[in-house]
Amino acid sequence: MSPVAPAPVEVDEPTSDTFADPDLPWVVIVWNDPINLMSYVAWVFQKLFGYSKEKANQLMMDVHHKGKAVVSNGPREKAELDVFRLHEHGLWATMQQDK
Amino acid sequence: MAFRTPRLVRRSRHGVELHLSSDERRLVSTLIGEMRDLLGTDDPSLRRLFPTAYHEDPDRDAEYQILARNELLDRRLHALDAIEASLDAKSLTPDQVSAWMQGVNQIRLVLGTRLEMTEDEDEFDPDAPDAPARAVYAYLGYLLDQFVDAAGV
Repeated sequence: MSPVAPAPVEVDEPTSDTFADPDLPWVVIVWNDPINLMSYVAWVFQKLFGYSKEKANQLMMDVHHKGKAVVSNGPREKAELDVFRLHEHGLWATMQQDK
Repeated sequence: MAFRTPRLVRRSRHGVELHLSSDERRLVSTLIGEMRDLLGTDDPSLRRLFPTAYHEDPDRDAEYQILARNELLDRRLHALDAIEASLDAKSLTPDQVSAWMQGVNQIRLVLGTRLEMTEDEDEFDPDAPDAPARAVYAYLGYLLDQFVDAAGV
């Protein structure tokens, strides 16, 4: 995301699994990208998921520093809709079955 | 000399107000026209607008692309139309604010892809051949950031 200070790119498994529910099989991941504005990414998280400003900013910083973050989870249909809405807003989102 | 940065997007009791000069409106209008034409093609700079959904499962991703691509295309065109229709508006409805943000962002994504932007901020070189495109890219980022400030959630 931009604007940013140059930082080493290190892609770890997301450690912010605060929002993961072990019973729910799909996770939606947002990946870091060099184009989307940090302020815009946090705003999208608030708008789409109803997250507080603090939570949205924390997720955005996780994406930025860790390379990716889990932003929502749920059954496949729900995850796919979340991915679609993130794509609609220009974010780089994918989904996978939780492991 | 100190420059005051102009506020292009302001929140007032009437809603979100646009304060763009006629040159800025003309620029946005030109970009919308170019973006609309580009959306009808399979230009590689559009790849960020139609991303992969299932990064571990190409078969499921192919299904997703069939379902999502036209819907995404419709919504992107709709956002461009809504910006065009409100270019001269004094204040914007919440739907128009969303359309501006999505539309400005999609143009930024395509420009940034073409310019091969990285997270390392390069010094702006006004003599570089891509300087005009970089200036437009920076302007759109500035405009979008102001929308984020003014939009609320």
